[in-house]
Amino acid sequence: MLTLTNDMMRSIIMDHYSNPMNKHQPTSDKFEQIHMHSDNCIDDLNIFLLIENGIVTDACFDGVACTISTASTDIMCDLLKGKKIDEAKNIIKQYDNMIHEQPFDEEVLDEAIVFINTSKQAARIRCATIGWNAADAILKGK
Amino acid sequence: MYDIKKIREQFPMLNGKKMQGHPLVYLDNASTTFKPQCVIDATVKYYSEETANHHRGDYDLLYNMDQKVQKARQTVAHFVNSDAKEVVFTSGDTMSLNLIALSYGFQFLKKGDEIILSENEHASDLLPWYEVSHLTGAVIKFIPLDEEGRLTVDNLKKIISNKTKVISVAHVSNVLGNVVDIKAFAKVAHENGAILVVDGAQSVPHMKIDFKDADIDFLTFSGHKMCGPTGIGCLIGKYELLEKMWPYFVGGGMNVSFNKDIEMVPYEPPMRFEAGTQNIAGILGLKAAIEFIESIGVENIHVHDRELCEYALSKLEKCDDVIIYNKNAKNGIITFNKKGVFAQDEATLLNSKGIAIRSGQHCAKILNDFLGIPATCRMSTYLYTTKEDIDAFVDAVINGGDILDAYFN
Ligand SMILES: Cc1ncc(COP(=O)(O)O)c(C=O)c1O
Repeated sequence: MLTLTNDMMRSIIMDHYSNPMNKHQPTSDKFEQIHMHSDNCIDDLNIFLLIENGIVTDACFDGVACTISTASTDIMCDLLKGKKIDEAKNIIKQYDNMIHEQPFDEEVLDEAIVFINTSKQAARIRCATIGWNAADAILKGK
Repeated sequence: MYDIKKIREQFPMLNGKKMQGHPLVYLDNASTTFKPQCVIDATVKYYSEETANHHRGDYDLLYNMDQKVQKARQTVAHFVNSDAKEVVFTSGDTMSLNLIALSYGFQFLKKGDEIILSENEHASDLLPWYEVSHLTGAVIKFIPLDEEGRLTVDNLKKIISNKTKVISVAHVSNVLGNVVDIKAFAKVAHENGAILVVDGAQSVPHMKIDFKDADIDFLTFSGHKMCGPTGIGCLIGKYELLEKMWPYFVGGGMNVSFNKDIEMVPYEPPMRFEAGTQNIAGILGLKAAIEFIESIGVENIHVHDRELCEYALSKLEKCDDVIIYNKNAKNGIITFNKKGVFAQDEATLLNSKGIAIRSGQHCAKILNDFLGIPATCRMSTYLYTTKEDIDAFVDAVINGGDILDAYFN
């Protein structure tokens, strides 16, 4: 489990916002894709997951997005890569619990814990979850 | 004298309300406005002391209410200088524009006719005309904006033709705050055989409008943007146009007679456009709101908005990090971005300091193509905004730190 100070959390978010490693086009046409846009932010994102043999082998996104949605989606992509579908679904579930101030399992969230304060800015909950909801929608059918 | 303290005392939302632990600084008045006690009282009184339908009726309570609704119509008419019979109550600006599109556009436009709109229109003034275009085959054209995003008579003249039947524009843009010379627009429209629809959502609350003198054909606005209740607004239309227009919202209270041969005879305007029981509490609240505004003087409100924006601009312009998109707009709206900061992030930061502004596309999605940016921040003042509000806003924009302070402080 990560023990992070506020300053560390801030720099993790800023890192993933200024330099989102997973923000790019998919590398093949085998990726499954979902488009999401937010009605309270102008976030407008495409999420891409590559699922092979029950495992999320790659994840990326592109589009226009604010700090919170960019960083949270980028971190999510890191987290989902290499996970079995059930594990991936559970990570998303635990994240959702955290955002909505429900009991959650910190162990599986890793860096995503930096969004623990999202409820302080309730108007931005949508931004912190937009990429996650998209991934969840792709995984739902699996 | 403009007694801001006395004005503010009348607004419950301004008396001690906090946001994120800070005194609320409300600068999203282009979106909606707070209500003074007199408006709240007028609506509550309807429910607690005067409840009755309006229209025809045989008992005092109802007769009195009918009289009050007619009085409210006169109050609106006096406020914008129209005749009372030219005032149609609607649920708001959006419905007013839809009503015009349906009862005028759909009814009178045909294939090949032209509708002229602008790139800075609000969705509520674009989409009803898109429907008219789909239904009738009329063509939509956009007046090009000048380099500052303004609508000029010259640019209107460039695209108007004898096929143009309708021009519909916002008097004041809700994004850039520019004011259109509606009197000149009306003249050009009429010279070409077209009518001019003026979306007054952002102008009627803030400046004196003379419907007759400007010679415009339709004017629309919402009560909630001028200290009135939500769910009430007006359509002001030249009577000779209203008379020609068929009502498509039909039902009780709008017809003289109907029979089994599927015939219906509507009332004369404005009643024919008011099918069903109206938002009576809203009508009474709107009347109170107009009386409140008149007690201050709408011209004084305009001056107040201007002074505050000039003051804010004088400070913001000193900061290199702030981009302002409408330096020369003569209204209570400042549209800006902080360099390198996503608009929503700026708005969240200000929220964390108790300051309410808007970020996004402000329902004018086409305008962002013109500006070449995905979103802007907009702050907008009203009659109760203070210099201290502006100071708090400017300080937060210039010295406010970054968005993550909103999460970690
Ligand atoms: C220019 C303009 N037109 C139309 C509207 C729609 O007003 P309402 O939502 O009250 O119907 C607005 C409100 O934001 C506006 O600013």
